[in-house]
Amino acid sequence: MAEYLIKNGFVFDPAQKIKGDVADVAIKDGKIVKSVEKPKVIDAKGMTVMAGALEVHAHVAGPKVNIGRIFRPEDKLFTYRPTEKNHRMEGGFSIPTTYKTGYAYARLGYTTVMEAAMPPLFARHVHEEMRDTPIIDEGAYPVFGNNWFVLEYLKNKELENVAAYIAWLLRVTKGFAIKVVNPGGTEAWGWGLNCLQVKDPVPYFDITPEEIITGLIEANEYLGLPHSMHIHGNNLGNPGNYTTTLDTLKLAAGHKAKNKFGREQVMHHTHIQFHSYGGTKWADFESKARPIVDYVNKHKNITIDVGFVTLDETTTMTADGPFEHHLTELNHLKWANADVELETAAGVVPYIYSPDIFVSGIQWAVGLEIALLSKDPMRCYITTDHPNAGPFTRYPRIIKWLMSQKAREEQIKAFKANDKVVNASEIASIDRELNLYEIAQMTRAGPAKCLGLASMYGGLKPGQDADVAVYDFNPDKEHKPMEIEEAFSEVKYLFKTGVPIIMDHKFVSEGRKRTLWVDAKVNENPQVVRDVKEKFLKYYTVTEKNYEVVGKHFIPNPYAIEVDATH
Amino acid sequence: MNTVTLTPKAKPDLYLEVDNITPDRFAGKTNEEIAALHLYEGSTQHALGKFFDVAGSSGPTAAETKIVIKGDASRLKYIGMKMTAGEIVIEGNADMYVGAWMRGGKIQAKGNVEAFAGTGMKGGEIQIDGNAGNYLGSAYRGDWRGMAGGTIRVKGNAGSDTGYFMNGGTIIIGGNVDVHVATHAEGNGKIIIKGNAKSKVGGQMVGGEIYIFGDLEVPMPTFEYRKDVELEVDGTKAKFALFEGDTAERHPKRKGETIYGKIYMKY
Amino acid sequence: MTKTVTDVICPFCGTLCDDIEVVLSDDGKKILEVMNACAIGNEKFHHSQAADRPKRPRMQQPDGSYKEVSYDEAIEYTAQMFVKAKKPLMYGWSSTNCEAQSVGHEIGELCGAVVDNTATVCHGPSLIAIQDVGIPSCTLGEIKNRADRIIYWGCNPAHAHPRHMSRYSIFPRGFFTGKGQQSRKVIVVDPRPTDTSNMADYYYQVEQGRDYELLQAFRTALHGHWLPDMVAGIPKEKIYEGAEVMKSGRFGIIFFGMGVTQTLSKNHNIDAAIMLTKDLNEFSKFSIMPMRGHYNVTGSGEVLGWQFGFAYGVDLSRGFARYNPGETTSNDLLRRGEVDAVFVIASDPGAHFPISSVKKIAKLPSVAVDPHFTPTTEICKLHVPVAFVGIECGGNAYRMDNVPIDTRKVVDPPEGMLTDEQFLEKVLHRVKEIKGAA
Repeated sequence: MAEYLIKNGFVFDPAQKIKGDVADVAIKDGKIVKSVEKPKVIDAKGMTVMAGALEVHAHVAGPKVNIGRIFRPEDKLFTYRPTEKNHRMEGGFSIPTTYKTGYAYARLGYTTVMEAAMPPLFARHVHEEMRDTPIIDEGAYPVFGNNWFVLEYLKNKELENVAAYIAWLLRVTKGFAIKVVNPGGTEAWGWGLNCLQVKDPVPYFDITPEEIITGLIEANEYLGLPHSMHIHGNNLGNPGNYTTTLDTLKLAAGHKAKNKFGREQVMHHTHIQFHSYGGTKWADFESKARPIVDYVNKHKNITIDVGFVTLDETTTMTADGPFEHHLTELNHLKWANADVELETAAGVVPYIYSPDIFVSGIQWAVGLEIALLSKDPMRCYITTDHPNAGPFTRYPRIIKWLMSQKAREEQIKAFKANDKVVNASEIASIDRELNLYEIAQMTRAGPAKCLGLASMYGGLKPGQDADVAVYDFNPDKEHKPMEIEEAFSEVKYLFKTGVPIIMDHKFVSEGRKRTLWVDAKVNENPQVVRDVKEKFLKYYTVTEKNYEVVGKHFIPNPYAIEVDATH
Repeated sequence: MNTVTLTPKAKPDLYLEVDNITPDRFAGKTNEEIAALHLYEGSTQHALGKFFDVAGSSGPTAAETKIVIKGDASRLKYIGMKMTAGEIVIEGNADMYVGAWMRGGKIQAKGNVEAFAGTGMKGGEIQIDGNAGNYLGSAYRGDWRGMAGGTIRVKGNAGSDTGYFMNGGTIIIGGNVDVHVATHAEGNGKIIIKGNAKSKVGGQMVGGEIYIFGDLEVPMPTFEYRKDVELEVDGTKAKFALFEGDTAERHPKRKGETIYGKIYMKY
Repeated sequence: MTKTVTDVICPFCGTLCDDIEVVLSDDGKKILEVMNACAIGNEKFHHSQAADRPKRPRMQQPDGSYKEVSYDEAIEYTAQMFVKAKKPLMYGWSSTNCEAQSVGHEIGELCGAVVDNTATVCHGPSLIAIQDVGIPSCTLGEIKNRADRIIYWGCNPAHAHPRHMSRYSIFPRGFFTGKGQQSRKVIVVDPRPTDTSNMADYYYQVEQGRDYELLQAFRTALHGHWLPDMVAGIPKEKIYEGAEVMKSGRFGIIFFGMGVTQTLSKNHNIDAAIMLTKDLNEFSKFSIMPMRGHYNVTGSGEVLGWQFGFAYGVDLSRGFARYNPGETTSNDLLRRGEVDAVFVIASDPGAHFPISSVKKIAKLPSVAVDPHFTPTTEICKLHVPVAFVGIECGGNAYRMDNVPIDTRKVVDPPEGMLTDEQFLEKVLHRVKEIKGAA
């Protein structure tokens, strides 16, 4: 394999505490190395060099994403990018095609992406889409929070069984982590009902959301998985929901991370922007970012990602079935729903975050407040819950808002009801401007550690994967807000596992993307084997033998992370 | 206003996509530059000059540019797409998407036009002297924002799905219409049918108005007779019976009053 | 000793039964018996064993007869046809696996083709309606485990999807439906009495072409609004009664078929049925599902969806994807003379398209890839026989509820025969060679 030397760039690497020093980055055989002998030299003078970024939570592959694509032809109108050399055609704004997803993440300097919700029965679909997403390494989180096996085992406090079931499901679906969406509420949606609070009983299953959450935290640490339990809590999107969020966060208290991957949190709360609302109805809607961030700041065993609202027309999609039904009743736009036997559900509804509507403005403020009030950028990550709060292609705009108070002021001024936005939030009084080191923490080192992948990704230490992004951005110079957005919109150079992907803004290769999954070994468990057999015989509509994802077609290039959880 | 005349001189094997034939594209260009604009026949790119003689001259702006297509345009798609100003006259028949996503200016088609004329139209005027095809003044697939403004006037008949998801503007049909008129219409669009209508008229309509001068073969069961009214519609004074619906749909309230889609049937 | 292959997936209809057992001869080469499958599925497995099936490509001669040619010649003809055409049509895809579809799409992208599947004459209108108003749906297991209201509208599963009612809807006992059929009420709407309507607790014999009016009337009746005395040949009392039956259930499902997608109002019928389903979620839990025909037409839509963003009628001619049924759909393209070559795979337009379209195909450079002799293979310039997907090779397929199931290989294809995917791979390779040289 060829050697490369990226010379004289301003390097930002929180993994090594490098804060913009001028340095060289050497690449050999897919890894970062100390030095190289006969490298191809890339002159990065005056440019910003970072590790490839990691996405902890985006909806980019699978059944509900594809419902979104198929049922929104208008999302592709006049936005298509034609086929070019080394480059398939790319379409879609809020729900890009798989090819666009890969190329667009690469352009932003992202090299690893986690699909946030995989319905186990649809695992093949998720993997087929990931196969067709070029360049980036991907993994997918199977959803567990409404799964009948999980509900029954946890009701009976059978920790060992739930752990064995999780290990089995991760293996047969080639999944990466334990995802929980509206625990209990989505099962209740099977009957058109919901669980809005952590103590609401789940119909017919004699269990509550808080028992599901606590049980899955325990199972996760029993197994010692790379990532923690990853939760989208109850009561998403509703005025006054911040108390539910605090109730949820408190369930992490007393739990300690047990794993060999350097992960410290036991709970990752995703798109917390959607869960930080005050008020009692839309008319008195307000930001409650501060009490949420205060709690997170004080508790080191919790990480969060934000879910920034980008003020675009987008497509919402979540395994929170009842929420999407609630949303279509509010905006009267088309609604898709997809309940999945024994496992989960999903809903999809287009949504317009209009700068002319004050609620959208406040949601925008909530996201930025969370990031700006957060004291530890290693525990707070940039996401848009793509495409829910906006498409991931807006990350450069978010970076602009985070790095420039002036950019925020301009946006506040542009809101139709800017006084209402200012009164219902504290965004106007925050003068903090994040620096590139903090941005690198929020997009590289932090997510890598949170996912338990810090030894591979998120840094430029010798031995780590050579995922490197070079931006045409000189941190020593003064920049207008728009220049920040432009610079981070397109890397000048990108390496993925040591392979040049983008050279001088042009795609030169699609690399060799990998699918990450977790292979957890547990003690033999005949009880779980029997339960699986029985459920397939009686309640599933596919046979047990036709459930497991196998074969090159689905996963041409697997990368298994092994965990020994035999006790 | 300056006029550019396009005279067809060759017939394509397939169809030509001529989204570049608009006053916006032609304005400020020499005839050579116009002849060099691209057209597409399937995956093959051609210069406009291969299929048309270009004569006359363009104006400095779209508003000062008129385009005359002198001859058969029945294999030309997308004439006047997205145009904002100026004028186009089509002397023969035209194919699909005449004036699609149009914002301003005027198009006159002296013959018939195929489907999707005025798709997603926001403003301006389309006059069709012959018949119009299906989906006249409708939304693009999946979009809930259909025709929002402007006027379409057809002397002959129109096909099915006229004014699908219409939100505003006016469509006037001199002749008859096929099934499905103003389906899913919302807002304040207006469709006037001087001839007869078949069925499914106003189905799933939330707001807007339909006027029928002739007969309606099968009315929707979800429209309820309200009252008789005297009206002047496009120059005709007459008594109309007012029906409101579609009662299966949700209907917004304005000042305490429920807003329905309205069908006026001329006596 | 014979051996039995279990958990085999039936490659016939969108029900995609995956509990088939196939008994093979001692040498594993011959299918002796097929268990659990319906009469149609059973026939498909046995049909693959026919001694007189075509095993090598056949090229049409000037006198209309066919002459056997090699696969290499077939690959060359197909690749040249794609490269020369300004706008080739690639139609079918519904009876092959997603692997083959994916390779075909790459050819389509390179050659500026229109890629369309059998939805264009089947559930295309359902997709249009889904684009207009969405689709509240679920997997078939949700119905088995929860449903107590089953509606079949404009479809006759007793004949078209024979195991649908026993596996998923009326008869099975599930987690919350231990009483099976006894706990369910069945409504059938069809202009003609059928073997399905014989099973209904409530049968509505709708006047032909008036489904849209009846659906809107049901929606109005849900809220107790006014209705005329008769709608679509049904007295209003029966409509109010039906609305009550739907509302009073705990979990309901509407299955619909080509009786509503391909009759007057087409997509609007489905639109109204989806909106009826949405309205019913104000009172109960309700879902709706199209009775997809070919076993992998759903998969074709999915793969097109994630690669290009549209589920059928995808026009790639200008290097980017466009979609508009009425323009980019096969019969419109053929009728209007918009395409200059036709490639058919895994479907039979010769049997199912209007004769005017079939005549157009016969006049153009054309290739049919199909394991059988069909009306299509007899009018195309080239017939390329291939292995049976789901019998002689595996590959992914999507059930009518979008659940992906990996089909299984049961026996080897006759010696030297290619699969759809292998043939397309070779054509793709050749297309790239020609384009690179040009």
